[in-house]
Amino acid sequence: MKPTMVFSRTPGLKDVVTSYCPGCGHGVAHRLMAEVLVEMNALGRTIAVAPVGCAVYGYDYWNFDTTEAAHGRTPAVATAIKRVLPDRLVISYQGDGDLASIGMAEIIHAANRGERITVIFINNANYGMTGGQMAPTTLAGQVTTTTPEGRDVSQTGYPMRIAELLATLPGVKFSARGALHKPGLVRKAKSLIQKAFAIQDAGTGFSIVEFVSLCPTNWGVNTLQAVEMVEKDMLKTFPLGIFKDEQVGGKD
Amino acid sequence: MKIIAKTGNEAMAEAMRQINPDVCAAYPITPATEVMQIFAGFVNDGLVKTELMMVESEHSAMSACMGATAAGARTMTSTSSQGLAFMYEMLYIAAGYRLPIVIAEVNRALSGPINIHCDHGDTMGARDTGWIQLFSENAQEAYDNLIQAIRIAEHPDVQLPAWTSTDGFIISHGMENMEVYPDEAVQKFIKEFQPSFTLLNNQQPLTVGAADLQDFYFEHRRAAAEGMRHAKRVIQEIGREFGQTFGRSYGLFDTLELDDAEVALVAMGSTAGTARMAVKNLRQRGVKAGLLKLRVFRPFPAEELAQALKHVPNVAVMDRSDGFNAQSAPLATELKTAFFDAGLKPKVIDYIYGLGGRDIHFTELEQIMEKTLQAPEPGDLDSRVVYWGVRE
Repeated sequence: MKPTMVFSRTPGLKDVVTSYCPGCGHGVAHRLMAEVLVEMNALGRTIAVAPVGCAVYGYDYWNFDTTEAAHGRTPAVATAIKRVLPDRLVISYQGDGDLASIGMAEIIHAANRGERITVIFINNANYGMTGGQMAPTTLAGQVTTTTPEGRDVSQTGYPMRIAELLATLPGVKFSARGALHKPGLVRKAKSLIQKAFAIQDAGTGFSIVEFVSLCPTNWGVNTLQAVEMVEKDMLKTFPLGIFKDEQVGGKD
Repeated sequence: MKIIAKTGNEAMAEAMRQINPDVCAAYPITPATEVMQIFAGFVNDGLVKTELMMVESEHSAMSACMGATAAGARTMTSTSSQGLAFMYEMLYIAAGYRLPIVIAEVNRALSGPINIHCDHGDTMGARDTGWIQLFSENAQEAYDNLIQAIRIAEHPDVQLPAWTSTDGFIISHGMENMEVYPDEAVQKFIKEFQPSFTLLNNQQPLTVGAADLQDFYFEHRRAAAEGMRHAKRVIQEIGREFGQTFGRSYGLFDTLELDDAEVALVAMGSTAGTARMAVKNLRQRGVKAGLLKLRVFRPFPAEELAQALKHVPNVAVMDRSDGFNAQSAPLATELKTAFFDAGLKPKVIDYIYGLGGRDIHFTELEQIMEKTLQAPEPGDLDSRVVYWGVRE
């Protein structure tokens, strides 16, 4: 029998090995994003803005144009690119240090202005690139390198729910949270990206997809344990769902 | 004497544990992250009484440090590169308010393009903010300088913030033997922080940083400039006292084989350590080479440098940053001003090197000194500024 190809690397990604740790969610998110762009035949009109953090080398993996921004400033850079080139698909790809910490002002204001960009937000509950320090998304009681006995919310605040927070802003037309640690969830994750890009192409406003991701290296566990941690702990603080969907025909 | 192996970051975190500051506010950034991360462990373990604030950015970190210092707290932080750049607005304010904050700064190249490795572009970009700036050659000096920086910054004649500059990765992540002093001795040396004025003193209400227009702004900036002038004397006094206490004296700069030198290399940071080998090798080959290692970049010891180099006809200046002024990089530019004021006109060649962490080997420093000796009298810009080790 002639073998049949059932899966192949998406042309939306370059044929290179990434620098991500085993079990990291960035690779899955990159692939989903790239697959959707290919399916939309949008690779040639996509411009991404890369963050500072683990995804700083995104441009080495994505097979579309990218510019690097200063830490946290990707929504502002993406805003300008979209306004200058409104027919392009503009993606701001950010982690939780970049988006929810140092770049909080930019994300809130880009969302509030209803900028026609899409933000892909990877939430792994710590600062991955610098070695696992507490992030705004770190769970209550979670051990990190700067909270050796667990995050004390009375001293360091509470984990921030970005997808819910941004959904409250009128300029935001799509805000959802997906996950990357199970095949079924990965398929759903892809549909969230499809919806977000469709909102951008419809030109109605801001769209964001947050992904609950895994960081086995900095969590100090193996990948299976990390999957368990996401299921048992992270999803309680960061429930999956669509918090706003103002697509034509979509639910509000 | 307690000799232990530590990286530069570990050494600075150890100094901070012994200093036991009242407040730290920080945000992680490579390669300085470890300093505050290790220190967070000390806080967690109750080894210090510091109030540690893990804020959302360096912009907020320096703002928090200012608030704490104005309220009378001894305050420290650590950062690198983009982090220092993100503090830029507050750096000026901290100096203008005369708040003696101390930063353990780990030198890293500035974006863009983004780079995490060593050069001095980050602190050089903030060289005129009004902060005292001490460079370290190794982990020992990073530790010693951080302890001294507390005393220098808080000195009543100075009252200016200070940072110690430590070469990213080369020193921050390189492990070496160093001496750690007893906790009590460090505490005794740094003394209690006694600010002249603080907030929260009901007997003497005050405003820090009240609007200051044409009426007094100029006088306040002038007063800060005077603090920086005093710092030159205070740094030397404290460096001597440090030597009497711990056995290692510090001045404005350090020299090696300079007395009869026909060529001098002027360098800051870890390259000065590399240059010691280069000078030794050149001397063995009969070349009269010498080294001047500059420790104190702010205040810039112009008169003292000119005096130390007045007999040297050929000077190679090692600049680990570029000033983009189309003339010469920061260290050479300021050194040439010092020579001019002293009526000296040596041949000065500025070597811009090591940007973004490009390595420099002692054999290259030997070549640089030999090249400087042989170079024709500089007639045009091209012969005065050499981009060393770049592909072009």
